Amino acid sequence: MTPLSPGNCSTRYLPKMHELAVSQALLAEVAAVARSRNAIAVTDIHVGIGPLSGVEAKLLADAFPIAAAGTIADTADLHLRRTAVRVSCKGCGEETDATASRLVCAACGDWRTSLLGGDELILERVELTGGLASV
Amino acid sequence: MCNTCGCNVTPGNQHIVAEHKESVEVLTNLLQANDHEAAHNRAHFDRHGVLAINLMSSPGAGKTALLERTIEWFGDRLRFAVIEGDLETENDAERIREKGVPAIQISTGTACHLDAHMVHAALHELDLDTLDVVFIENVGNLVCPASFDLGQHLNVTLLSTPEGDDKPAKYPVMFRAADLMLVSKSDLLDVLGDFDPDKAERHLRELASDAPVFELSARTNAGLRDWAEWLTRNLELQREDSIDESARERLA
Repeated sequence: MTPLSPGNCSTRYLPKMHELAVSQALLAEVAAVARSRNAIAVTDIHVGIGPLSGVEAKLLADAFPIAAAGTIADTADLHLRRTAVRVSCKGCGEETDATASRLVCAACGDWRTSLLGGDELILERVELTGGLASV
Repeated sequence: MCNTCGCNVTPGNQHIVAEHKESVEVLTNLLQANDHEAAHNRAHFDRHGVLAINLMSSPGAGKTALLERTIEWFGDRLRFAVIEGDLETENDAERIREKGVPAIQISTGTACHLDAHMVHAALHELDLDTLDVVFIENVGNLVCPASFDLGQHLNVTLLSTPEGDDKPAKYPVMFRAADLMLVSKSDLLDVLGDFDPDKAERHLRELASDAPVFELSARTNAGLRDWAEWLTRNLELQREDSIDESARERLA
């Protein structure tokens, strides 16, 4: 089997959809946090993911266990929090909900808006066990 | 006793360990390793006053044909290089080399996109001092390439007329990232009859994008002038920025 290459998100060595590349980047982050806390295991991983992040939550959830096998997070539960698409209107100044394919102002219909949220892909929180050093 | 690998956990102390739970707030962008490398690539381009353009589209929308016409249009006036991303073959790179322009082929295997690390590796094979513009021809795909910053200055997304005018609404992540949308294969508009360029532009605006939209045909060269002027203007802007940057460095 081709070895996984966590630590960077290079995709040269492994055939994959990009959600697998993202899973590896996620695990590299999680492993770094776990190391810094002397953790024995990672139990829960919380990720915020927006519809405009370009990453499909379902595919990420499927890819994650493949990437996590054999790592400190291999029994961890991945919790995906889907974030909302929000825009701020440059015309009327209102902040409203929008959808990924229609980022227009819901109040006045102007298309000149700026995105407040919905494109994020963020490791929000990690829950760990162990770390006798800090007991 | 080792505190890193868990070998100190014995049946006698397991309850202590099990009780010790910790929740850590992290809040890091998951693509930060890629973004870091991309920033490095961008700084590299900037140092040499080179404009880097990421070309994205579906497979077969005419990215390589656009590059061929662009190289012909500018002749000796601009020095180009192309980084080609494809799953397999050197076909596109060979087409570019036939025009006398250096082309670095990245074969991605089955990976669906280029990332900043791949582009970084390709940059080692280019002498940026001898170049004005580097085109990165991404893997033909309207989904994955949009998520990975490569260190480019501008994204150009091609929408070919046979694909349909609603593509910006269907692939918002891709088209939202575009700094310029080129409606390619415009010579087919009359034949197709059902592609409305205004509608395509309207879908783009609904993504809160003010990117310009040009129609272009690599077969008849219609619209090539608009594209060439856009390219020239942005190269001038990039050079001004680079000069400002080096002046700042000298003063600092």
